[in-house]
Amino acid sequence: MAELTKKERMKIARQDMPVQEPEDRVQNFSEVALGFTMELARTEAERCLQCKEPHCMEGCPVEVTIPEFIEAVREGDMAKAVRLMKAKNNLPAICGRVCPQEVQCESRCILGKKGQAVAIGRIERFVGDFELANKTFDVSRAPSTGKKVAVVGSGPAGLTCAVDLGRMGHDVTIFESLHTPGGVLVYGIPEFRLPKSVIRAEIETAAKALGIQILSDYVIGRTLTIDELMSKFDAIFLGTGAGLPMFMNIPGINLNGVMSANEFLTRVNLMRGYQFPEFDTPVMVGKRVAVVGAGNVAMDSARCSLRLQSLRSKENGSEKGGEVHIVYRRSSEEVPARLEEVHHAKEEGVIFDFLTNPVEILGDDKGAVRGMVCIKMELGEPDQSGRRRPIPIKGSEFEMKVDQVIMALGTSPNPLVFVNADGLERSRHGTVVANNDTGRTTMKGVWAGGDVVTGAATVISAMGAGKRAAADMDKYLSGEISW
Amino acid sequence: MYKILEKQVLSDVTKLMVVEAPQIARKAQAGQFIIVLMHDNGERIPLTIADYDRDAGTLTMIFQEVGKSTMEMGTMNVGDGFKTIVGPLGHPTEIENFGSVICVGGGVGIAPVYPIARALKKAGNHVTSIIGARTKELLLWEDKMRAVSDELIVTTDDGSYGRKDLVTVPLKEILDAKPGKIAKIWAIGPAIMMKFVAATTKPYNVPTIVSLNSIMVDGTGMCGGCRVPMEGGARFVCVDGPEFDAHKVDWSGLLSRMSFYRTQEQAAIAHWREKHKCNLDRAVAEGVK
Ligand SMILES: Cc1cc2nc3c(=O)[nH]c(=O)nc-3n(C[C@H](O)[C@H](O)[C@H](O)COP(=O)(O)OP(=O)(O)OC[C@H]3O[C@@H](n4cnc5c(N)ncnc54)[C@H](O)[C@@H]3O)c2cc1C
Ligand SMILES: Cc1cc2nc3c(=O)[nH]c(=O)nc-3n(C[C@H](O)[C@H](O)[C@H](O)COP(=O)(O)OP(=O)(O)OC[C@H]3O[C@@H](n4cnc5c(N)ncnc54)[C@H](O)[C@@H]3O)c2cc1C
Ligand code: SF4
Ligand code: SF4
Ligand code: FES
Repeated sequence: MAELTKKERMKIARQDMPVQEPEDRVQNFSEVALGFTMELARTEAERCLQCKEPHCMEGCPVEVTIPEFIEAVREGDMAKAVRLMKAKNNLPAICGRVCPQEVQCESRCILGKKGQAVAIGRIERFVGDFELANKTFDVSRAPSTGKKVAVVGSGPAGLTCAVDLGRMGHDVTIFESLHTPGGVLVYGIPEFRLPKSVIRAEIETAAKALGIQILSDYVIGRTLTIDELMSKFDAIFLGTGAGLPMFMNIPGINLNGVMSANEFLTRVNLMRGYQFPEFDTPVMVGKRVAVVGAGNVAMDSARCSLRLQSLRSKENGSEKGGEVHIVYRRSSEEVPARLEEVHHAKEEGVIFDFLTNPVEILGDDKGAVRGMVCIKMELGEPDQSGRRRPIPIKGSEFEMKVDQVIMALGTSPNPLVFVNADGLERSRHGTVVANNDTGRTTMKGVWAGGDVVTGAATVISAMGAGKRAAADMDKYLSGEISW
Repeated sequence: MYKILEKQVLSDVTKLMVVEAPQIARKAQAGQFIIVLMHDNGERIPLTIADYDRDAGTLTMIFQEVGKSTMEMGTMNVGDGFKTIVGPLGHPTEIENFGSVICVGGGVGIAPVYPIARALKKAGNHVTSIIGARTKELLLWEDKMRAVSDELIVTTDDGSYGRKDLVTVPLKEILDAKPGKIAKIWAIGPAIMMKFVAATTKPYNVPTIVSLNSIMVDGTGMCGGCRVPMEGGARFVCVDGPEFDAHKVDWSGLLSRMSFYRTQEQAAIAHWREKHKCNLDRAVAEGVK
């Protein structure tokens, strides 16, 4: 394409990504958004104005050099685009898919002021997928330093930290309690949003190139403790996430059919329960499911429920799958999930009950869920989070007929890892106290980052924390700086 | 892969396996459990550590074939291996010299009670053990239990061996015969047995510990699937237990939660038998050719 003028660039419409149609995709667990073609990616790349002061970069927690990599895509120099990307972000195929771009990079894009922002995430995904298919980038390891590092947890924080340390020549061992590495990326986020093959490929390539040893089935705090790791390794990074589910303190919470989103999603994703009985782990789905909460976790639970309902109804020949509700105490304005997921959930038929809060779950004589009493809410003055506080409307209780309730109310760090780690200070909320720039904790030789420090946040912020910690750990291990 | 080094068939439906897992054997203590996963298509199955050998780096587990996964495990042999064994999980039993104690094991629950009885005996307690099963076939480790107990009572429901009684009958006799003398009781077995042991000891106010087997996924506190309603709120069996004060457990809540996946469990067995049969048929057909 010939060089375009600014005006011409601004005339190009934001390119849509091809998707599976809603009525098809609720029948399967395959990826919903199919990704750009080369042509779509280059057209979208033409929209970028190559700003001298690119505000988009300020919105990215790891400061991907956005205009540069987009320019490389525009020129069709994919190897260069990959190189630029990987300098800041090891996992573009993943971030392109799951970053909440509308509140990060794309929210700052100058084009978004009047029209629509450049689809940075979609181009980034294209770059990541290109790399997975073509392997242009050489992940190489610096000469060995002889230093040994233990990384606890294999989610985005741990993986990023391990990869960076591996590149710097340190000997890295990852300890993971589950049988598959990847953290939330494998046990939480469903296949239709982030295919497992993408994560597996990223992890295998990096581990092989960098000699990273991954020990799954190691629960730190049980199989080994932090103090035992201290005696065998020169430095430790904790990236154990925020895996502890929260339940509401309301009557009926222990009835059969009430479960945490973690349980439901782990059965579906990690254990592949949607392929039961080919896979052994059972997963139940009701005819009328209520998911409490409206974050990404809630959207994923709701959309997995819909899919299970229609797959199962096809199996037993009944007509309609069922009904899935999102029950959220605030309004549509405050929904914390990624915009694209909310949009997809609506298209697929998820029903949104805003300003509604459960007060009791009702059981039948066998101890199974038969309904949920909710109360209507209204919005009052803004609270500490700056969002308007939901207040119950007196006397507005009503009964919803449901037979399954999935709690997606947020999570906190799992304390299991902290056995025999007395010097490690934690906050009231159970998160590890760590320096934001370096990841250093209050225990000498121990760094931490990701959800275990911030509480449930995002993939890219966890990766950013892993990266910053790796840089500081490297300086410490080389003797450049002391503790 | 975690290799199977030894397999014993204790009854038609009860198997013992010794597996290689040095990192777990190093740490294992009485009362703790592991989670095993046979293969990529498998489910995570919790099993108590029935014994361990730190020097050899091995664990012993005993399981009863009650569903698809345990039946398939029963077909595994020496040389085969598990994809995953993770542990030791849960809190160990609190072992002290309490004085006189009773250990009750029912059916496959005899296996997990054994290391507890052994540790209690070693700590200086006077250990009375009661082991029971539906029928003689299903009794196990009588000799091992005898070796670590000061007294051993054996019962079967059908009278095919030992006393024809439920374990709760001799238990009540001892509590009546030695009022105020029993410091603590452990009971492990089917949930329904533990429920009746709890009901038996409650009037005597003797602290009673049970090891609960709720349905689990991760075993590390991540899913809440194992939670059991209890006096004072629900607890997670995998990280808060598996041992709890029997008198605080909401037994009907536990039993109801354990039955949640019943229809799917039955479907899994049917599916597996079907597939298994196909393989058998094919093997026979090929054999004929
Ligand atoms: C369902 C769901 C959907 C989400 N969707 C999005 C999204 O679309 N976009 C987005 O940006 N973010 C999303 N998030 C949030 C995001 O996934 C997390 O913020 C991110 O994964 C945090 O990374 P982490 O490395 O800190 O921890 P995790 O990803 O939680 O990884 C921690 C790892 O440590 C392991 N571990 C824990 N304890 C131990 C121990 N004692 N010993 C050994 N290993 C241990 C865990 O098994 C796990 O593998 C979602 C989260 C969920 C649950
Ligand atoms: C901490 C703990 C320790 C255990 N130790 C032992 C042991 O040492 N030996 C042994 O034989 N079994 C033990 N169990 C029980 C064992 O895990 C189950 O029997 C097994 O998971 C059943 O799997 P399945 O696919 O064969 O049967 P399924 O088809 O899944 O279930 C068949 C029957 O078993 C019950 N069941 C299912 N899952 C469990 C479960 N996790 N726990 C208890 N019952 C279940 C069901 O209610 C059903 O009635 C233990 C369970 C726990 C939680
Ligand atoms: S990593 Fe995320 S926030 Fe940064 S540019 Fe890529 S999509 Fe945007
Ligand atoms: S702000 Fe938008 S237009 Fe400007 S460089 Fe970034 S992506 Fe391109
Ligand atoms: S088994 Fe998941 S929390 Fe206990």
